[in-house]
Amino acid sequence: MDTVVVQLLTGLASASSLFLVASGLTVIFGVTRVVNFAHGSLFMLGAYVGWSILSMLPRDPAWFAAGVVLTGVALAVVGALIETTLLRRIYKAPELLQLLATFGIVLVVQDLTLKLWGPNDLTLPRPRWMRSFVEIAGQRVPSYDLLMIGIGPVVLLALWLLFTRTRWGTLMRAATQDREMVAALGVDQRLLFSTVFALGSGLAGIGGALALPDGSANLQMDLTAITDAFVVVVVGGLGSLPGAYLASLLIGLLQAFGILLLPQATLVLVFVIMAVVLMLRPNGLMGRPLAVARGEANAPALVRPAVPALVWLGAAALVLAVLAPLLAGPFLLSVLTEMLIAMLFAASLHLMMGPGGMASFGHAAWFGLGAYGAAFAVKGLALSMPVALLVAPFAAALAALLFGGFVVRLSGVYLAMLTLAFAQIVWAALFQAVSFTGGDNGVLGVWPAAWAGDPRIFYWLTLAICVVAVLLLRRALYAPFGYALRATRDSTLRADAIGLNAGSLRLAALVIAGAAAGLAGGLTAFSKGSVFPTYVSIGRSVDALLMVLLGGVQSMSGPIVGALAYTGLFDMLLMITDLWRVVLGLSIIALVLLFPQGIAGTSYRLWLRGHDA
Amino acid sequence: MTLHRRTLLAAAASSLPLAAPAIVRAQGSEPIRIGEINSYTAVPAFTVPYRSGWQLAVEHVNAAGGVLGRKIEVISRDDAGRPPDAIRLAGELINDQKVDLLAGTFLSNIGLAIGDFALQNKKLFVGGEPLTDALVWEKGNRYTYRLRPSTYMQAAMLVDDAAKLKAKRWVTVAPNYEYGQSAVKWFKLLLAQKQPGVEFVAEQWPALGKIDAGATVAALAEQKPDAILNVTFGADLTNFVRQGNTRGLFEKRGVVSILTGEPEYLDPLGDETPEGWIVTGYPVNSVTDPANKAFIDAYKAKFNEMPKMGSVVGYSLINAIVAGIKKTGSVDTEKMADGFGGTGFDTPFGKASWRALDHQSTLGTYVGKTALKDGKPTMVDWRYVDGAAALPSDAEVKKMRPA
Repeated sequence: MDTVVVQLLTGLASASSLFLVASGLTVIFGVTRVVNFAHGSLFMLGAYVGWSILSMLPRDPAWFAAGVVLTGVALAVVGALIETTLLRRIYKAPELLQLLATFGIVLVVQDLTLKLWGPNDLTLPRPRWMRSFVEIAGQRVPSYDLLMIGIGPVVLLALWLLFTRTRWGTLMRAATQDREMVAALGVDQRLLFSTVFALGSGLAGIGGALALPDGSANLQMDLTAITDAFVVVVVGGLGSLPGAYLASLLIGLLQAFGILLLPQATLVLVFVIMAVVLMLRPNGLMGRPLAVARGEANAPALVRPAVPALVWLGAAALVLAVLAPLLAGPFLLSVLTEMLIAMLFAASLHLMMGPGGMASFGHAAWFGLGAYGAAFAVKGLALSMPVALLVAPFAAALAALLFGGFVVRLSGVYLAMLTLAFAQIVWAALFQAVSFTGGDNGVLGVWPAAWAGDPRIFYWLTLAICVVAVLLLRRALYAPFGYALRATRDSTLRADAIGLNAGSLRLAALVIAGAAAGLAGGLTAFSKGSVFPTYVSIGRSVDALLMVLLGGVQSMSGPIVGALAYTGLFDMLLMITDLWRVVLGLSIIALVLLFPQGIAGTSYRLWLRGHDA
Repeated sequence: MTLHRRTLLAAAASSLPLAAPAIVRAQGSEPIRIGEINSYTAVPAFTVPYRSGWQLAVEHVNAAGGVLGRKIEVISRDDAGRPPDAIRLAGELINDQKVDLLAGTFLSNIGLAIGDFALQNKKLFVGGEPLTDALVWEKGNRYTYRLRPSTYMQAAMLVDDAAKLKAKRWVTVAPNYEYGQSAVKWFKLLLAQKQPGVEFVAEQWPALGKIDAGATVAALAEQKPDAILNVTFGADLTNFVRQGNTRGLFEKRGVVSILTGEPEYLDPLGDETPEGWIVTGYPVNSVTDPANKAFIDAYKAKFNEMPKMGSVVGYSLINAIVAGIKKTGSVDTEKMADGFGGTGFDTPFGKASWRALDHQSTLGTYVGKTALKDGKPTMVDWRYVDGAAALPSDAEVKKMRPA
């Protein structure tokens, strides 16, 4: 009984910290529909800025509170700055492009924080009142925990009052329901968005500052916070504050009690909870189905066959690619091989994301399963490389078939988050089944067969496989299957009325996408010689997303352009400079501003402008 | 922004049509090139002092005339903490930069990936920091050497003092990945040998970087253990210590903690440092022997700060490589692969050597207790434990290495 009470209080305290970060994210998403990946970075900045401020102030509670509030204000200013300089310019772009811009911000903030505050973890010395404790049920409960337990509901109440009792709050809620209508009624949308972004950032900053006494300001906080925040927001229902609080409670408590019963489940518990909730309630605990955003930017472009100029360009590129080993040195060849595999990976995601209308944050799952499939085929079953390259897509497709049934019933960001949950579960399984998969030490010695050992031969093999696969994927998009898939994306109701089964079409798209990603994974396994659970990491899924968005989600050649651009940029920057993250982040932001429809998409539009009457 | 002219030229050169043959260089006067890969952006807390360490070593080695009449040159790359990028960069270093050997890495999976790459491409790889035992045992190979005391060695160095606690009921808390799992596995095994009857009543496995410290501490406290083994480090350790202090987890209990004595992990604890923890680490503020002092003085003179454990690793790595090359008498990979074994080299901690049996170095570490001096964390009652004393028998090692 004692343990239960103590763990209950601990769980409630961590629920409050979760809620502080998640509340900002859900408020921002609810109004602006921006999936703010930079929210974790704002949390981290809040911790660092809070450290700087609080280190200068006296240590008693009143000053601490003042310091925290000041941090919140500082972060609100930062948030407003980000919104006005960057995000405001791309509201007209397709929704997920703002996601890409926030990725750029994450990278920039990482390097900025490192440069401004140094590589070491920064801790705040705790005065006596922060170290005090209360004896409850024979155990000590920190007073700071009790304070945090109180802060959660207080913030919830304050936000609730703000949203229901003020005019600004009413406008906020209206914008959450129907943004276009609010604009039509004459409210200045830009001011609305800036203030809500500032509020969300301020909340993240306060969360970061309040996290200081229990730990430290460190450079890994952003990625930890963003995954937790996303899970809470999605489980609670996007845009719903009470939902976010409920979800924080659920997750905080389940984690606190979970480690009593299953200490090994720490890697995966949160994602299992999210998967279960999404399967039972597809819009989160208290969310409503997302209103489809109207507006010209979101109307998918009409798909035409490639113009002759593009076909010639593609043919020329292919000829160059075939001749490359004769011209390029070994390093450039390795980069080109990576580009080809990235192209296939991006094209596979594009199939389900663009024409399929299903954004995925967990696409690396199929990639990694394909890589492991190939690795096991070669090491465990002693099969040859060509057979292993067939096993890879099969293994991935099988997994996609298994998970896909649950995934395709959802839509929008919920679907994306469910794919993330599944990817994390796959990752945790690969990670923890050490005797079977080698755990995080991975599988080594997955080198190509002797006849393909020469990098040039392997490059030509990769070129052949990737080009054929990408052309097949493209062909599928212009086949009746592709048109039917696009029909279900554009209007499920109408498609249903003419007899197209949305569920099975989307599942087929997911399986095909998964198989192609698995093939890319298999090629990577042989290209690098080893396979690790990091192949299934969130980072790899994010890479695929970046490539597709950069190229242009609505453009058929988008993933190819995006993959080549991103891989080339990343590989080059990593070699040239220590500050590659800030340069990459700024490049991504610049590309987003210059090419609001993605590189391929905007280029096509510009070309159309010159050629159509 | 650090824009290395050499790397820019190299990048430009490799993108030109390389129809022309490589320029033939006079072997005798060219520097020996060491290709170094590390996770500079992913783990800056370790790699920034580490880089300072090897830069200092390169300076010292070249000032003393280099090795085999040639100077040494380190070409360094950042792998962004990702194995595929590390492999690509290793390829670039070997093929384009024409390095004589590879070195470095921090994360265990990257160390393993590069070790396997070294085997496949028949190039020498001298790992610096990766701790995983598998690098020289289960997945060891002829071309891979590793400098730092491994997970096994760290656990083995602590069991003597742990057994002295005479604690019957132990709990463990370790990050949920291979390093944590191995550390707990070896500690349990070795302690049971020294202290039969010891019980491990509970284990906690927080996800790396995501510890729920309050719940973890409460769960451990509930077991009322006699002693605790802690394997967490970095931000997890800081969270764990703070919550543990407030909840009184460490009062009247022995705590054994791996790596906590290293300045990178000890300094952030500040005035919350729990006293009396039995730790492995680097008592940089209190070592007085000539080798250590010379290193600390030179490092402070050049970089204006005290060295950290990473600095020692970086410095020792270069020394270990140079000694191996000197004894081998050439930079031919096949000769170096066998020639390094048995070579002795100097480190700030004293003399160490490469074992021919498994290519593990005998560099050890310090075992001592944590304490607070003037509100600053430090190690006291420390002694240096030679790596050779913390390794299993040759027969056991042979069983673990691949045939």
